[in-house]
Amino acid sequence: MPVFNQSRSRIIRLIFLIAFVVIAAQLFYLQIVEGKYRQLAMDNAVYPKIIYPERGIIFDRKGKAILNNTIIYDLMVTPAEVKGIDTLDFCRMMSIDTADFKKRILEAKLKNTAVRPSVFKGLLTADLQAKFEENSWKYPGFYLVERPLRIYPFNAAAHILGYIKEADPKDIERSGNYYRMGDYIGKSGLEAYYEKVLMGQRGVQHLIKDNKNRLVGNYENGVFDTAAIAGRGLRTYIDIELQQLAEKLMTNKVGAVVALDPKTGGILTMVSGPNFNPNDLTGPDGSKNFSRMTLDVTGPMLNRAIAGLYEPGSTFKPLGALIALNEGVITPSYGFPCTGRYTLCGHGKPACTHSGGGHAANVRLSIANSCNSYYAHVYRLTVDNPKYGGVRKGYEVWRHYLNEFGLGVKLGVDLPGESTGRVYDGSVYDKENNGHWTSCTNLTLGIGQDKMGTTALQMANAMCIVANKGYYYTPHFVEKIDGENEADTALMSKFRIKHEVLTRIPDTAYRAVIEGMNDVVKFGTARIAQIPNIDVCAKTGTAENYTILDGHRIKLPNNSMFVCFAPKENPKIAVAVFVQNAGFGATWGGPIARIIIEKYLNDTLMKKSEADVDRISKANLMPAYFKRLQYKTDSARAYKWYNDYKDSTLIKRFLRLTTGVKPVEEKKPLPVKDMTRRQVLALLPDKKQFYRYCEFKLS
Amino acid sequence: MNDRNPAISKGIDWSIVWIYIALVAIGLTAIFAATYKEGDPVFQSFLRFKTDYSKQFYFFVISLLLALFLLLTDSKFFTATANLLYAFGIFTLLLVFPFHSDIKGTQSIIKLGAFNFQPAEFCKVFVCLALAKYLSRPETEFSKTRSQLIAAGIALFPAVLAIMQSETGLALVYFSFFIVMYREGLPSGILVIGFSVAALIVATLILEKFTLAIILTAIAVLALYMMRRQAKRNRSVFLKVAFLWAVCVGIQLYAVPFVFKHVLKLYQVERIYSTVGKEVPSEYTEAHQKETATEVKKKDTDYNVRQSKIAIGSGQLFGKGLLKATQTRYDFVPEQRTDFIFCTIGEGFGFTGSFILLAIYLLLLFRIVTIAERQRSVFSRCYAYGVAAVFFFHIAINIAMTVGLAPVIGIPLPFISYGGTSLLTFTILLFILIRLDADRQMVLR
Repeated sequence: MPVFNQSRSRIIRLIFLIAFVVIAAQLFYLQIVEGKYRQLAMDNAVYPKIIYPERGIIFDRKGKAILNNTIIYDLMVTPAEVKGIDTLDFCRMMSIDTADFKKRILEAKLKNTAVRPSVFKGLLTADLQAKFEENSWKYPGFYLVERPLRIYPFNAAAHILGYIKEADPKDIERSGNYYRMGDYIGKSGLEAYYEKVLMGQRGVQHLIKDNKNRLVGNYENGVFDTAAIAGRGLRTYIDIELQQLAEKLMTNKVGAVVALDPKTGGILTMVSGPNFNPNDLTGPDGSKNFSRMTLDVTGPMLNRAIAGLYEPGSTFKPLGALIALNEGVITPSYGFPCTGRYTLCGHGKPACTHSGGGHAANVRLSIANSCNSYYAHVYRLTVDNPKYGGVRKGYEVWRHYLNEFGLGVKLGVDLPGESTGRVYDGSVYDKENNGHWTSCTNLTLGIGQDKMGTTALQMANAMCIVANKGYYYTPHFVEKIDGENEADTALMSKFRIKHEVLTRIPDTAYRAVIEGMNDVVKFGTARIAQIPNIDVCAKTGTAENYTILDGHRIKLPNNSMFVCFAPKENPKIAVAVFVQNAGFGATWGGPIARIIIEKYLNDTLMKKSEADVDRISKANLMPAYFKRLQYKTDSARAYKWYNDYKDSTLIKRFLRLTTGVKPVEEKKPLPVKDMTRRQVLALLPDKKQFYRYCEFKLS
Repeated sequence: MNDRNPAISKGIDWSIVWIYIALVAIGLTAIFAATYKEGDPVFQSFLRFKTDYSKQFYFFVISLLLALFLLLTDSKFFTATANLLYAFGIFTLLLVFPFHSDIKGTQSIIKLGAFNFQPAEFCKVFVCLALAKYLSRPETEFSKTRSQLIAAGIALFPAVLAIMQSETGLALVYFSFFIVMYREGLPSGILVIGFSVAALIVATLILEKFTLAIILTAIAVLALYMMRRQAKRNRSVFLKVAFLWAVCVGIQLYAVPFVFKHVLKLYQVERIYSTVGKEVPSEYTEAHQKETATEVKKKDTDYNVRQSKIAIGSGQLFGKGLLKATQTRYDFVPEQRTDFIFCTIGEGFGFTGSFILLAIYLLLLFRIVTIAERQRSVFSRCYAYGVAAVFFFHIAINIAMTVGLAPVIGIPLPFISYGGTSLLTFTILLFILIRLDADRQMVLR
């Protein structure tokens, strides 16, 4: 009977076959056509753990590590494993209260679940770490995790070495997403400039995680892993003892000290005052100290040696003499009848400290006696040189010389944030004087004043050119890189080129100037810089300066400038010392420079110098107006904060402090576009701008 | 070959036996790959009944003993006891209601000491036998509607009980017996209607309610227009079309929403919708609001299938290798030793391995159909088709669900999934067939 249904067996087989073909087709689609699943499975199960390389070490000229790595500890917690601990005891040890304890545990749970570890307290102090290690057996679920940290063993050279910080989104974007959130990157100093060398190369370890995100082992026995390559060391010219000494001398002073080796351009020491301990920026209190220093109006984080602009004053005179001698407008025996004033421009300025006859009878004497009239006149002779036909052209020639001396240009030192300095071109004077100006308009340029602004590094480098009779090497810190490769050589090549910029100036000119500078030490204003058996050549400088505070133009004590090199024959060191508001060049700058030269050349100090070190390091020359300025800036910021966010926490302090006296920014603030430059600056906590403004002498 | 005991081995279809052993071996390998943890002492744990693969191996040994026992049984025993066994099966199914254990998500398991019995699982053997018995009765005239209804009743009664035990997946298996009935003369029309209803339900899921209603109406109007001459001659054509239209729209507008709101659980609705790749409409979630609190979070609904697809897809052409399959080894796929065991094969052995497994299964099914067609007795043939139908349903639905073609229904993959009951059930199903086939020249009643 059922035989007539036999054909249906074929239909049933067909149904089976169709179902299987559909499934096979879907399998083909999933496994062969659609390629994304492999990656999805990898993302699920493989965790690429980044292995951070050890950062490169920085050494001084004697091979001492001046920036090294150390390890600090984070206290981790796995909340699920915290059982039966004496919470009170634990809190007492960590000096937190129980509410805080509960909060942190809850945070850890929310962040990483209860079964995975999270940071309970980051960057333990050495004290806490020791306490915890002693008692760790009492606290299951808590343990320490190593975390590498930068350490500055000599507590010195903060501005030179710089610091590292977590990369911000901008850094990450700039690096083409090489860096990731949480990576550290050099933010200033050598740490930033040599980031590529110091950073090393990250490694990756592929770990397997399971469905609860727990790590359970190596993926494929680590065949895809790459090892981390440690960052390479930097061998620098820095003499760390010299650096420490110089920093000691600059305590409580605003200014800069730079010492160069004229033969190589190597920077032996570079100090900016006020200074800070670089270790303050790492470790547990790093961010606290960072914000404190950022808001400090004295600007401890600003490297004044490369970014602080000062009028060189009389220290500029040797350069003025060299330019004039090379231009042929004077000869080494050229004399100027100075009577104590420069009268040829009609206003009897500038005045001169000497009035005796013959104090400027030739170049050598004029330098030794630092005659203002002589150099004002020499400047005029140079720019009014009939050869160029007109003051504008003559001025451009003179300016070009300055640029060749490294003034008004970036030298290209291996630090970020170098300032160009200020040597304006003629158009600035055109603008100011409606196009009518003569060499009399800016004749004080000849004595390093007017609108001229230089950094200590630029002046030290200019001294190198004088000492070397015409050439220099770009000032730099790093002599060589460990395991130097091609990219490093390219990076370093610019420091190995000899710049023979002014070798065209005749030897006789250099002789006259150098002898003059030598006389300054022997008989002149820098007698304080005399060192037995070493022929020092120096030039002092004193620059007037003013600031504007509370709407008044205040005359501040003069800046003390001092430049020198030694020994006279075969010079080995060139130094520039700028001390802000310290008085005459010789009083503070001279001894500081002398001590540095002594230390570097003799490695020991004379009795007299040791006494000087003591005296100078104890002297507090911080300008008094900073206190008022700090108050003003803080209160202005607090006021702005209150205005913008209606949050009175910051301004309260000022209101209470000044009962009776109104806070500085009581007046209703003008819209920014109507403010004067001064008012805008007062509102800006940005130190860099503030400083540029403060050091700008408005005359 | 000569020294085999002729009493047992005579007439046995060895090809099926070899396929059976091959599948169980593949299953053991897959379970091993899915559950092996780094550093396990393989042989020790194998012998000590500690791990899933050793348990499965011992179940295999028990299955072989049972198979031997079945091969020694007289074929007449099965015809003789078919109805009795069916009654016993129904009885155990009913026993579940007062005696079921508290295992999550199901009320279908009886605990007896260390063993869990799931009557709904092994009852299909009895249904298969009873249906074969009924269809092979000389007095049964299957062309009559009454006989067809009785046969359907025999097959679907356990299904109703299974649904009442919240085992919708297992219940669906019983629908596969329509294949047997089709072979025995169930009008093709019913099959066509079945497929049409299925297509209509799928359309209901994918399309907007009223869009579909308009489309159906348009089809009805078009059909009437095409048949306008016949309709003129015969009024009943018009009525038929109208009736069909009413039924379709009724299913689509009322029946499906009714089932989704009141019969199925919310997680089942979610699984069905995730298969067609759509969000569950708000009217259904609202209707189930009371349960939602206890159900899994909505986001996790398609987690299984997503992970399963990742596992299989990442296998690519040749797979990652036995123990290198990260998805399955590190527990990303839930239920990977039981219902989602196919992932292990897909990930570890790739398209090649999966395809070979499919081919083996297809070979098994075709072989069973061939065997069925060579039987002299109707009983044996019906039983063989029953076995083929049950296997087909399990294989097709299980694999289809792992690759995202079918909603997630918790049914095992025959001979491969971990689980003693399912291995024993499938072994019994298959070896009764082998026994019957050995006596294919006999006419069994």
